[in-house]
Amino acid sequence: MPAALALACSLVALASSGAPVSQVAFNPPLTLRETGLYADWERFETAEGIFSFSPQYPLWTDGASKRRFIAIPPGTAVDASDADAWRFPVGTRIWKEFSFGRRVETRYMVLGPDGWRYATYLWSEDEREAVLADPRGGDIAVDTSTGAPHAVPSTSDCVACHGNGETPVLGFSLLQLSPDRDPGALHSVQRAEDVDLGELVRIGALVNLSARFLARPPRIAGRTPTERAALGYLHGNCGHCHRASGALSPLGMQLAHEGAALPEPALTTTINRTSGFALPGAPHAPARRVDPGHPEASVVLARMSARDPLTQMPPIGTHVVDGEAVRLVADWIRELPPSRQLENEP
Amino acid sequence: MRVNFLIILALTLTACDETPPELGGAAGHEESGGAPVTAPDAEDRVARGRYIVNAGLCGDCHTPLTMGPSGPIPDASRLLSGHPETIVLSAAPSLPPGPWMAMASDTMTAWSGPWGMTFTANLTPDEETGLGRWNEETFIATIRNGRHMGVGRPLLPPMPFQLIANYSDDDLRAIFAYLQSIPPVRNRVPDPIPPVTAAGAATSDSVDG
Repeated sequence: MPAALALACSLVALASSGAPVSQVAFNPPLTLRETGLYADWERFETAEGIFSFSPQYPLWTDGASKRRFIAIPPGTAVDASDADAWRFPVGTRIWKEFSFGRRVETRYMVLGPDGWRYATYLWSEDEREAVLADPRGGDIAVDTSTGAPHAVPSTSDCVACHGNGETPVLGFSLLQLSPDRDPGALHSVQRAEDVDLGELVRIGALVNLSARFLARPPRIAGRTPTERAALGYLHGNCGHCHRASGALSPLGMQLAHEGAALPEPALTTTINRTSGFALPGAPHAPARRVDPGHPEASVVLARMSARDPLTQMPPIGTHVVDGEAVRLVADWIRELPPSRQLENEP
Repeated sequence: MRVNFLIILALTLTACDETPPELGGAAGHEESGGAPVTAPDAEDRVARGRYIVNAGLCGDCHTPLTMGPSGPIPDASRLLSGHPETIVLSAAPSLPPGPWMAMASDTMTAWSGPWGMTFTANLTPDEETGLGRWNEETFIATIRNGRHMGVGRPLLPPMPFQLIANYSDDDLRAIFAYLQSIPPVRNRVPDPIPPVTAAGAATSDSVDG
């Protein structure tokens, strides 16, 4: 007897980011002004109690310059008992401002009693106002020489990146705020007003940080300056997903610098490790995540160098390859001795 | 730019009455004269997962069809194992003239459309080629965020994750528990193929001059 089989398929083009929102219920302020970031909108002076900070290994966003701010409720502090998963007090607010010649977008996250909430605001061309963006995200035109648009994340994109580890706060962390900053770190900017680990402890905004991190500030123990900078870049740009915990943990590929683990997991989980991803032109040949001495055969570099949505890494928030990073990571892979992975086996 | 498509494909398969209930065939449907489909005890996570997977027609795309004596039938030996690795498709077919948008292979496991060419995933618990190393968190994040492994590339048509994302966490856990209970099938599904090979992607070199 014939039977009818009906498939109802919702087909969404690659460019769409209209995934369902999966965050706690949140009615964000309709304008950035209402979040309390700036006290003076003429000179863009932040309100009292708001700190500026700059992670030493910043996330690449197609050449955007960024400023980051955090506000911790008075009388409270961030708890660093777990060095890799700081606990933030309810009411913590964090902003990240993106500029391409002018302010374009400011992302906002706030910790409510039931979890972190996310919103993003788009600036007017005259920078007088920033209003709540569509939670479905999308690309907006910006004035750059590449002509590439700027990717505004959907709310589910926010969760995909920030909801994937022990803490959703990515750039305000032990290694990123270390005063032992890496001179080779790409795209790193440090402002006089930025706070670091020592300053946060001194003013009481960070508590329970092990004294050893103040006596000997954390740093990546690279074999060479190139390795230190390359692993730092991978930490800041890939480690929020490629870490020991979270959705990608089954991959066993850790690019996050966590705790004082030696050897670096970013070495032991990539060098000479087989990738599940095939290199272009060799769909059935297993490739290595990092093939020492051979950047052209290394999947990590191939995916960093791609910007088609099915291949690119990171998969969210960028349309332009970071050429400096590709060169840095290629240099690092090229200088790796073939036996390096064996040297670092636990 | 966002483009949303909604298509409904009504396919008449002549041999569905040969399909075992495990594969979501007609034998379990009231209209066929069998017992009506009912939800099992909610305590039985695997059973509930089987019920949802069958009622949700997951196997229609994730279990390859094979030709039976009276027409195409799901291949019970490859339950939910995705596009067979032995069927290598490297170039998308050309659509015939007319208002056509998508094409599917005769296994219903390879699809081609404006999004490129996609191959349905191996959902069995094979450790190397399926979901054997996944955990609940990974599976739920995949469905909720519409991204491979929760944070990677976008899930692609015809996977209706927008629909499944509305399921409760308990239902998604039940689906995962069921998928982990079925026989593992070693079958490495190829990566999707974009509609146009990326060439000359912008780099920061041009930004910086």
